[in-house]
Amino acid sequence: MKESEAVRSRELQRLRWRSRRGLLELDIVLGRFWAECGEELDDSDAGGLAKLLAMPDNDLLDLVMGRRDCPDPALQPLLQRLKAA
Amino acid sequence: MALAVRKFDAVIVGAGGSGLRAALELSNAGLKVAVLSKVFPTRSHTVAAQGGVGAALGNMGEDSWHWHMYDTIKGSDWLGDQDAIEFMCRMAPEVVIELEHFGMPFDRNDDGTIYQRPFGGHSQNFGERPVQRSCCAADRTGHAMLHTLYQRNVLARTQFFVEWMALDLVRGADGTVLGVTALEMETGETVLFQGKATLFATGGAGRIFSSSTNAFINTGDGLGMAARAGIPLQDLEFWQFHPTGVAGAGVLITEGVRGEGGILLNRNGERFMERYAPTMKDLASRDVVSRAMATEIKEGRGAGEHADHILLKLDHLGPEVIDKRLPGIREIALKFANVDCARDPIPVVPTAHYQMGGIPTNYRGEVVVPAGGSSASVVPGLYAAGECGCASIHGANRLGTNSLTDLLVMGKSAGMSMAEYIRAQGGAHPALPAGAGDEALARLARLDGQKGGEDVSAIRDEIQRTMQAHCGVFRFPDLLVQGVAKIRALGDRLARTEIKDKSKVFNTARVEALELENLYEVARATMVSAEARKETRGAHDREDFHARDDASWLKHTLWYREGDRLAYKPVNLKPLTVDSIEPKARVY
Ligand SMILES: Cc1cc2nc3c(=O)[nH]c(=O)nc-3n(C[C@H](O)[C@H](O)[C@H](O)COP(=O)(O)OP(=O)(O)OC[C@H]3O[C@@H](n4cnc5c(N)ncnc54)[C@H](O)[C@@H]3O)c2cc1C
Repeated sequence: MKESEAVRSRELQRLRWRSRRGLLELDIVLGRFWAECGEELDDSDAGGLAKLLAMPDNDLLDLVMGRRDCPDPALQPLLQRLKAA
Repeated sequence: MALAVRKFDAVIVGAGGSGLRAALELSNAGLKVAVLSKVFPTRSHTVAAQGGVGAALGNMGEDSWHWHMYDTIKGSDWLGDQDAIEFMCRMAPEVVIELEHFGMPFDRNDDGTIYQRPFGGHSQNFGERPVQRSCCAADRTGHAMLHTLYQRNVLARTQFFVEWMALDLVRGADGTVLGVTALEMETGETVLFQGKATLFATGGAGRIFSSSTNAFINTGDGLGMAARAGIPLQDLEFWQFHPTGVAGAGVLITEGVRGEGGILLNRNGERFMERYAPTMKDLASRDVVSRAMATEIKEGRGAGEHADHILLKLDHLGPEVIDKRLPGIREIALKFANVDCARDPIPVVPTAHYQMGGIPTNYRGEVVVPAGGSSASVVPGLYAAGECGCASIHGANRLGTNSLTDLLVMGKSAGMSMAEYIRAQGGAHPALPAGAGDEALARLARLDGQKGGEDVSAIRDEIQRTMQAHCGVFRFPDLLVQGVAKIRALGDRLARTEIKDKSKVFNTARVEALELENLYEVARATMVSAEARKETRGAHDREDFHARDDASWLKHTLWYREGDRLAYKPVNLKPLTVDSIEPKARVY
């Protein structure tokens, strides 16, 4: 494994753990997301996911359930995949 | 191999409401405090609490801590210890006002006082009429509580160790607790956190059931660590269930759905509640509905391929009514049950919600065990608070909003007791015994070296299915006996779990394997304690002994891991200052 790949895989492992949340609903949605899309995440996805996962649980759930619009348009495509999972 | 040691006055495991409240007390007292958490503090499960925190402030009409105490004792079906309950209800107004001063954004009345909501089970004048006692911050009470307490802790210089998992207690030769071993997820390193006092505030273990409202982190780690260290677990047969969680997911479907006309059907399409509660039907009380659902499933009339759930039908209400009166329900049903409830019924099952039992403590938060002729001898150096502790305030059933009260009161109380104990010890930390931390290292080495072993998620599924089917909301004697055998048999498989990924950095598989060892202890304690208690009390509801039996069972269960042994200790019916509230029938 090249060094950059190792760094990326470490970052993804970290994000996988940070997908453990305080709200059950998010655990379920993020669990499905990793099962469906985990293999194909690239660096830019990882950056976006890190931003989403840094949000408070209630705010993230509002986005996932479509109760609120995403404040950052750049995150929209990733959020769509999360919502579809 | 000698472990790296980090020394603190206090070591706190858990950064939910209870851990943060205790930490604040200690840091404000000028002590050096470490708080360990598997997840970022504000992502602890406390964030899920919406209903509010109960305290007799009397802002909406007359109220008193004594009435709150009566409601709590009655709710507990007289299994709660009355000294601890008096303590909590008296302290509740003080800790809520304190939280307000810390910056908690409570909802307010026009006169500026904290607004209070009504909540089931809370009454005026010893059960006469409902009272509004629940203080909330919109529907984000838990979230606001975590943020407020976390900010205060940062100011008070509490040291946080985030994404660290505590593994095992470290005890001295005389049994004194000296700290914990913990794994840093980022590096995979194990470190010994030595403290003059150690607090478990690790939350509940709702994940022992396949249908649970609890987040995935709620694996009962504090209980597992205590059990492995020879400390008994108390009253674990008592779990609060909610009648309607989405089958297979656990996400709650509000009781408002039945209030608006939703009905429950079995696999034959029969509206079975007509048989169990001819008058109230689907609007009967929670326990009647849950019991009927469990009976239908047990008798083979459950819906679905495995005949393991009930159908909640609401399409007859029409999409307009559903959208208007039950906002958000369609989205929840679609996302978590994959059905459009305007067309098809939602699959539901009674779902585990709150753990009344836990690590036995007194109202000072000190862990107590039977020893030397006393049923409650203090384990020096060890404290527990929040959902993982059992003081016992909630006894056989918890009133809504009393858990957040418990977090604040017992968190603060444990913090105060710890500060006292730490000061009494003076300067240096005691020497660690040779081999301190070996238990955890041995468990890690076993896991890393295992070949041809068992799959972690397969065992977890098996535990959860067994608990749900054999020890659910309504308990049948034959199923309990089989359940004990099944859970015991899983012990051998648990000892052989294997992880394929042995990497060091953020190895979620390793963490999950370690969590499973804790989850198993709680499941086993629950099943064995439930099988043994031959009565119905609060949330422990048995088909064969369908009444409370104070003559034989007005006592707390203590389960010991060693040999699956059970012992019992008396309930404390004596409050601190007022007269005892004598047991009587619990009717609402
Ligand atoms: C959906 C829902 C709604 C609820 N609503 C209400 C309500 O309105 N009112 C009410 O009173 N109660 C409510 N409850 C119950 C209440 O929220 C919980 O009982 C309470 O929040 C538990 O808080 P805690 O501090 O004990 O633990 P938690 O908030 O669960 O925190 C546990 C902490 O321990 C840490 N931890 C665990 N194991 C380890 C380990 N091995 N190493 C390091 N750290 C560890 C975790 O990271 C976390 O920080 C609700 C519960 C649910 C599920």
